[in-house]
Amino acid sequence: MKKTMLFIVSLMLVFVAACSGGNAETKEKEITVYTALEDDMIETYLSSFKEKHPNIKVNIVRDSTGVVTSKLLAEKDNPKADVVWGLAATSLLVADQKGMLEGYAPEGIDRVGSQYKDTQNEKPHWVGIDAWMTGIAVNTVELKEMGLEAPQSYEDLLDPKYKDLIVMPNPASSGTGFLTVSAMMQLMGEDKAWNYMDELHKNVGMYTHSGSKPAKLAGQGEYPIGISFGYRGITQAEKGEPIKTIFPEEGSGWDLEANALVKKENIKDEAKTFLDWAISDKAMKEYSENFAITTVPTDKPVPEGFPEDPTEQLIDNDFNWAAENRQEILDKWTKNYDGKSAPKE
Amino acid sequence: MISAIKSIVQWNPTVPQKPGITERVHRALIILMMLGLVFSMVFPIIELLKRALQDQSGTYIGLDNFTTYFTSPSLFQSAYHTVTIAIITTIISVSAAFLFAYAIERTHMKGKTFFTYIGLLPLFAPTMMYGIALIYLLGNNGLLTTGFFGLTEQWFGWEEFDFELYGMKGIIISEVIFTFPQAFLILKVALSTADQRLYEAADTLGASTLRKLVTVTLPSIKYGLVSAFFVCFTLSFTDFGAPKVVGGQYNVLATDVYKQVIGQQNFSMGATVGIILTIPAIIAFIVDQTIQRKQSGGVNSRAVPYKTPKNKGRDRLYLLYCSAIAFSVLLLFGAIAAAAFVKVWPYDFSLTLRNFGFGSVAGDGLKPYWNSLIVSTLTATIGTAVIFIGAYLTEKSRHLKWVRKVSYFLSILPIALPGLVIGLAFIFFFNEQAFTIPFINMEIANPFKWLYGSLAILVLANIVHFYAVAFITANTSLKKQDDEFESVSEAMNVPFYKTFSRVTVPLSLPAILEMAMYLFVNSMTTISAVVFLYSPDWKLASIAIVNMDDAGDIAPAAAMSLLIIATNIIVRVVYELLSKKLMNRTNAWKQTQT
Repeated sequence: MKKTMLFIVSLMLVFVAACSGGNAETKEKEITVYTALEDDMIETYLSSFKEKHPNIKVNIVRDSTGVVTSKLLAEKDNPKADVVWGLAATSLLVADQKGMLEGYAPEGIDRVGSQYKDTQNEKPHWVGIDAWMTGIAVNTVELKEMGLEAPQSYEDLLDPKYKDLIVMPNPASSGTGFLTVSAMMQLMGEDKAWNYMDELHKNVGMYTHSGSKPAKLAGQGEYPIGISFGYRGITQAEKGEPIKTIFPEEGSGWDLEANALVKKENIKDEAKTFLDWAISDKAMKEYSENFAITTVPTDKPVPEGFPEDPTEQLIDNDFNWAAENRQEILDKWTKNYDGKSAPKE
Repeated sequence: MISAIKSIVQWNPTVPQKPGITERVHRALIILMMLGLVFSMVFPIIELLKRALQDQSGTYIGLDNFTTYFTSPSLFQSAYHTVTIAIITTIISVSAAFLFAYAIERTHMKGKTFFTYIGLLPLFAPTMMYGIALIYLLGNNGLLTTGFFGLTEQWFGWEEFDFELYGMKGIIISEVIFTFPQAFLILKVALSTADQRLYEAADTLGASTLRKLVTVTLPSIKYGLVSAFFVCFTLSFTDFGAPKVVGGQYNVLATDVYKQVIGQQNFSMGATVGIILTIPAIIAFIVDQTIQRKQSGGVNSRAVPYKTPKNKGRDRLYLLYCSAIAFSVLLLFGAIAAAAFVKVWPYDFSLTLRNFGFGSVAGDGLKPYWNSLIVSTLTATIGTAVIFIGAYLTEKSRHLKWVRKVSYFLSILPIALPGLVIGLAFIFFFNEQAFTIPFINMEIANPFKWLYGSLAILVLANIVHFYAVAFITANTSLKKQDDEFESVSEAMNVPFYKTFSRVTVPLSLPAILEMAMYLFVNSMTTISAVVFLYSPDWKLASIAIVNMDDAGDIAPAAAMSLLIIATNIIVRVVYELLSKKLMNRTNAWKQTQT
């Protein structure tokens, strides 16, 4: 009886050992990339990398900005990611403050303007690839039917006639949500911004998990006004949805999508290769298909629907301030608006 | 004399036995099964319980997490919401299902087969689908809320109305649709047998229809009713898919677990909420076990089968009711189909296959669908084999009695474990670097860590999640088979595996098919356990639906739901054909040869 058990247990151990051994070998030439870039963009971007480096397998882990950030932070002691690609700079700064990023100057770093990369360290800890900004997607058909004008500014959004018509991303989980809230703070000052959001909350019909969902909901006419990011509304209009993207008069909050090398025991050369590629002209050209502002200028004209000089639309953004205050802002936001759903019914 | 009879009854043919081979193999297998259950269920759950008593950095803090939970208003509110949803859902669902089942079993209504299938249709869809369908029908810009986009206003003056779908209403409607087939199945079985004599007696005593319902019909199905109540309550209490899609700002426990874990990486609080989520299921489990012991045949050998009296008016009324239900169900599925094929709902109704491309959305193309097919097929085949052998050993073996008793208990325990809890427990157990063996304080590296993020963990999670129902199916079938098969073959020195493969398995084939179908269909639609466990390489169709909905791509999400439903219906049809063929073949010997 005991013998049988011993036999079974040892058999199981052999099996387990065999399986785990086999797993380790395949890990070569593989890098894990965490990204918050939009799903529908990733494949196109990557194709030029795969062409050039067919022997490097890239494992993409994609989720919304908030999720990728918390995942990254949660794995602080045992990082799974080799590279972070296209994550909000404010999020990367939080990781940087915890000492999770390794300095690395990718090839061609000088082409990137100084406002778009880390200048506090000798070797930059993060490098931006493109900038994205708040845009308000409005459904022209639905608004016309209701006899309403499209809002043109943040101030307009407070008008009681828009009650329950506005959707906004939750800043705790969405990068777009956070940059919008952070822009309001920087434009209005903190106290005024909280008052503003108290008022806005009355008009908001729903807070969403992702930054593109408000624009999608506007496109379906579920909620005619979606605070989203500029690119999303514009691509949806191209698909035939009755969407107009409005860039608020006060200026748009913006953030960079930036790359970074994760600090860990054995940093792979392939990770650096990836970072070099990620700011190459070829990659920039691809980014420019989707973003009005790339950190290395390309010859591509500004996409239709964007302001003529999109950089004019950007507010003066203090990334360090945003990163330092991120948690505090999110905690207060969650307390004030997230759990407060019942009285709204 | 009596002792002689006793000795015959208790006679065990131990004489010609070859010493031990069968016994040894049986014992080894039983222990193996037990170890499997312990490692894939008991240890992960212990790990979950431990985590609920720790803070984020891993220090034990007693019940602080629970205190925090019940004192923070927004979290406590979710508990209140969840109970409200579950109670209302249960009442609506059980009443609706009772009438529906009554119509099928106790009237002469036409189209019973059709209605039965329609009533079961919601079983084939993931719960997110009802939410998505409701958005298209009753959302702010839905088909019904806008009165067919203003058409009805022009024709009949039916104006638009605001339904306020997102929140309690949306969740309750989805949960009712989700739980309806379950309640219907239970009540249908309960209503299928009745004693005609009781109704005759009631008629003689001049009882009214209502009185007959209260004093005869309801008491005769009380166990079914209790069971249906608990099933509906537990399912709607723990469901994650529908609140995720149509919950809006109305937080419930299941979405809280998800937000705590996925959004904030707060695993301790996730575990805490997970345990709270399990409470009603555990209560239901205990009540159900106690009731089943009490349940003795309400219908005895002298009972006369119930004959449904003729009543045209009643039949027409029930036909109307069932048609209304069938119409609603079909409307939902119709909305999903329409949404999946339409270009830009509701502005451009030209047809397109674009939504099935999935390439340009959070879906990663069709890959999640193939992944789901692989996971479901593996769950169905491996799961059926493992569970059936487990049930066989528990029921038919004569060795290691106490181990078998414990493993029987462990086998039906998963019925009380919500999928989210299994998923969480698996993360904790399989992602742990090392375990400390209690008392001797020895650390060993986790030998199962390689499973984490693999395909195997998804299959394992599904098998554990759906273990109980499949086990009970196998157990019921095995119980019907005479134990003498085993005794006789042992006496005749036939090895047990031959008896197993030539007698037990063929006799149990209908049950085996049913188990496989059940495991497959549920693995296709489930979201709760796997949502915590998938890796980027093994994203599943149901997870793709949640991600696409998160990104706002609800048309492709509808398309993916449609693929899942179509697959499940095909599997079901194949199952029906196979089991019919099997019935004909296995029952052939019962026909008299001419």
